[in-house]
Amino acid sequence: MRMLQLAYANLKEHFLSTILSVMLLGIGVGMVSFIVTVSEQLNNRFNRDIRGIDMVVGAKGSPLQLILSAVYQIDNPTGNIPLAEVNKLKRHPLIKYSIPLSYGDSYQGFRIVGTDSLYLSHYKATFSEGGVWSNSMNVVLGSSVAKKLNLKMGSHFHGNHGFDEGGHAHEESHYNVVGILNPTGTVADRLILTSTESVWDIHNNEEAEREQDNEEEEETGEITALLVKFKSPMGIMQIPRMVNQKTSMQAALPAIEINRLYSLMGVGFTTLQIIGMVIMCIAALSVFISLLNSLKERKYELALMRSLGASPFKLFGLIVQESLLLCLAGYALGIILGRVGIMLFSYLGEDQFQFSVSQSGVSPIEIWLMPLTLWIGLIAALIPAIRAYRSDISSILRNE
Amino acid sequence: MLQTQTLTFAYPNGTSFEFPDLNVGQNEGLLVLGNSGTGKTTLLHLLAGLMNPTGGTIELDGTELDTLSGSSRDRFRGQHIGIVFQQSQFIRSISVLENLRLARSLAGLSQDDSLAESLLTELGIGERKNAKPNELSIGERQRAAIARALVTKPKIVLADEPTSALDDENCEAVASLFERTVTGHGAALVIVTHDQRLKNKFPKSVSL
Repeated sequence: MRMLQLAYANLKEHFLSTILSVMLLGIGVGMVSFIVTVSEQLNNRFNRDIRGIDMVVGAKGSPLQLILSAVYQIDNPTGNIPLAEVNKLKRHPLIKYSIPLSYGDSYQGFRIVGTDSLYLSHYKATFSEGGVWSNSMNVVLGSSVAKKLNLKMGSHFHGNHGFDEGGHAHEESHYNVVGILNPTGTVADRLILTSTESVWDIHNNEEAEREQDNEEEEETGEITALLVKFKSPMGIMQIPRMVNQKTSMQAALPAIEINRLYSLMGVGFTTLQIIGMVIMCIAALSVFISLLNSLKERKYELALMRSLGASPFKLFGLIVQESLLLCLAGYALGIILGRVGIMLFSYLGEDQFQFSVSQSGVSPIEIWLMPLTLWIGLIAALIPAIRAYRSDISSILRNE
Repeated sequence: MLQTQTLTFAYPNGTSFEFPDLNVGQNEGLLVLGNSGTGKTTLLHLLAGLMNPTGGTIELDGTELDTLSGSSRDRFRGQHIGIVFQQSQFIRSISVLENLRLARSLAGLSQDDSLAESLLTELGIGERKNAKPNELSIGERQRAAIARALVTKPKIVLADEPTSALDDENCEAVASLFERTVTGHGAALVIVTHDQRLKNKFPKSVSL
């Protein structure tokens, strides 16, 4: 008869208070692990997509909206900007390179973005099949797009105007798949990429009467946004202000806007994390109270164990083991709840924001929560265990 | 087997007791009679080493109890002294047989299920071994408590008022049960009681 077996039997005997403690612990652990994992992965993804982009230029409007739409492709564009102004800006000596973006169409919920091959090299995208577009109306698919829509090399499809699936279709012209990318873990995975000309062609065909002269069109055309990488930090000092003051466009700095977004989201994450911690504290209290209650009820049992030869330390150990057993069960439940939560979130998030949280292996927070939970168990058990240790068996047995 | 000399005990509140010298041999039963307030339970706890006497000595099988301290005394108690408490106490969350196992493991002895089961059978509750203590009748519980006191093969069994709540018939039955099983297993027996009815059963008695 081991102490651990006895601890287990005692927990089973007080089934309801055991369940209450395990559930509270489980919910606390689950919430904390869920929040930490999701916010970490959100941060990671946001940071990956933003890497190397010092400035985004687009139509005037909300700078955050410009960043969200141009970099993350999750908001609507602020409008279009004239190519003439863009080309003037591009020649600025402090700009290392710039990537034009034209978007506004989608296919089955995935955005079609007109750009140039710099976009691919910026996100270090490599081809699993095919290669970059050479003609108008050729497209390259991000890895999740190809997987989700089950499109192959040589597939054809029509784009829709706007980002909703119900948008009016550009029936006249169809896209050809000429390349499929390997997963990059960035926004590129979720995009259908094509040349800027493709986007122009589609919209120009529809509006039929546009200038026929190609050279002229270069100067009168529009794009949606421009991603810019500076040569030196001097660029940040000069160019954004210049753009905002002297052109019809606006310049937004991703780092600043994303920090603003984090501080907005951060409040929510912090709140949820605090709630999770509070629940864990309440769970600790519940473990403490249920141990203390069962101790009151069991003081004769403990005295009996002493009279049967158990040392005070053995009783101390018994109470601690009961608490640790409870906390381990709570931890296990918490990890399961956290993972179920992440799966649900991932499932919903993939549809709505095309954001999925992948969980492979054991995450650091899950490892960290283990000793934390066991500490909670130890602390909750300390006072009851000391009481058990100190109990005066003779007087307990005499007063019965 | 058990010898005491000029045993005294004083509670912090001033109540103090002086106990007559006791001497019990192997396979022998001793009745310690006394009305309430004469220090019966105090004496039992002193003999069990649950409390330290203020004066005098207790010697059990050649070992003086007050030379042992802390957990070595707990261990000694577990291995050499079996106690049957007034109200039979058990660990409620485990079965009768597991309670017997626990007694052996807390005493630091290896498991001996055949001994445990034969004791339970001998006491007439063999088929109740897997029941939880709360499911037993009071009589069955008392038998189980005797079995637990014997499962460690102690040198002495101490019993506190084992018959006070019983009618004459059951009193008789329990008394002979004690006599037969305890002394039959080579242990000494000390029964502390105010129950005069037991006098016929145990010729050797001391009054407090």
